[in-house]
Amino acid sequence: MSVAAVSVASPSTVVAVPNKAAARPPTARVAFNVNGTAHDLELDTRTTLLDALREHLRLTGTKKGCDHGQCGACTVIVDGRRINSCLSLAVMHDGDMITTIEGLGLPGNLHPMQQAFVVHDGYQCGYCTPGQICSAVAVLDEIKAGIPSHVTADLTGAPTVTRPELRERMSGNICRCGAYSNIVDAIVDVAGGKA
Amino acid sequence: MKSFTFERVDSPAAATMAFTRTPGARFIAGGTNLLDLMKLEIETPGHLIDVSRLGLDKIEPTSDGGVRIGAMVRNTDLAADARIRRDYGLIARALVAGASGQLRNKATTAGNLLQRTRCPYFYDTNQPCNKRKPGSGCAAIAGFSRNHAIVGASDACIATHPSDMAVAMQVLDAAVETVDAAGETRSIGLADLYRAPGNTPQLETVLAPGELITAVTLPKPIGGTHIYHKVRDRASYAFALISVGVVVQRDGSGRVALGGVGYKPWRARSADAELPRGAKAATAVLLADAKATHENAYKLPLVERTLASVLAQAKG
Repeated sequence: MSVAAVSVASPSTVVAVPNKAAARPPTARVAFNVNGTAHDLELDTRTTLLDALREHLRLTGTKKGCDHGQCGACTVIVDGRRINSCLSLAVMHDGDMITTIEGLGLPGNLHPMQQAFVVHDGYQCGYCTPGQICSAVAVLDEIKAGIPSHVTADLTGAPTVTRPELRERMSGNICRCGAYSNIVDAIVDVAGGKA
Repeated sequence: MKSFTFERVDSPAAATMAFTRTPGARFIAGGTNLLDLMKLEIETPGHLIDVSRLGLDKIEPTSDGGVRIGAMVRNTDLAADARIRRDYGLIARALVAGASGQLRNKATTAGNLLQRTRCPYFYDTNQPCNKRKPGSGCAAIAGFSRNHAIVGASDACIATHPSDMAVAMQVLDAAVETVDAAGETRSIGLADLYRAPGNTPQLETVLAPGELITAVTLPKPIGGTHIYHKVRDRASYAFALISVGVVVQRDGSGRVALGGVGYKPWRARSADAELPRGAKAATAVLLADAKATHENAYKLPLVERTLASVLAQAKG
């Protein structure tokens, strides 16, 4: 595995130039941290964060569904925030801290949200599950941080963990098997089971 | 995706200079729309200029009692800002009615304004589209057009602007601040930012090539009851069929703008003046020149009924 010193300071300008002589597509360097491990990569500029994780770092827990930001299967957490890794260029993540499903927990040492999905049967085929779980972990943090949603009744008040709030906030994660009600049960469980 | 060269810049001046060096380049910030279009090769820039780290990520008060929103403020951060929620609730409401949590975490304020239409014929490179390929024709006009424009369209294009946030900003008289390659700055009212499609639907804004939006400004708060009502095919994470944004004062006066009906948020001062007389009167002015297709005539009564519902809600 490529392991370099953790990159904190990044150069203000990074220029990738085409190498026409070799007829190879332009590349650029990027350094970021994934699940606690520093990586320094030279990538085709077109590489999405999703493809960097899956194809270059072999972290295949993050899934490619639609590849257009419509399904949420590729959801990862970057600097504490969930994003669609398919709609983000890897080279734009220099210095970022990235957490994938593998970084939340592994067999034998599951994250509470992973455990809750098992307990509540929050999946069928499992393909959308890593994205669902990364999204769910971030959703609870967003509610804690007071970020409003479409169903938050009072914009100036603090949102709370309710089933309508969870359904709305999880709408960017599609489950074709339709495990939604169990997914909400799992998230409610992790949040304290009061919703 | 076509290959491209990439650079990251750290100031607006460096961004516009980089554009001057590489004509045909595109600025990229959140990337949630541009990258999608690049995958489909609808957008094929040879060079990308990463403007996501310009320091334009602050929300600050202005000297006239308003607020200046940095161009790169993320949609989530704008919706969550205490001052925006308190004084400009319509903007927070519109933002959380749009996209998904993941997308709002990446999408920026300026990028939201400059996002491109979701017309399915614009997205399908096998179909004619005057916006994507000027002169090729419009497949939407006689096609699947239930999501398309009913006002401001032309024989060349009936695409709508998809932003919810822009509708709220139009109600609140927002303006965009820009800088160009020569270092010249200007402020453009949001109503003047978007160009009518006419015969050149590929030209969507009045921004010059390489002109960079640095901020969106809002005048001082106007109070009132802020309501954004979005009608869509599913309860969440869908573009508007139509949307209605209003600010209504106690005396019944107010402002209204519509989303999902045209190439820009649709507002008319003369319609605002009719609001005290009710939804029918205001809609008659807003949609005076409406022209529906065989599939989207439903939007005409839907606008009036949604506005009526919103005005009733505002009365409480």
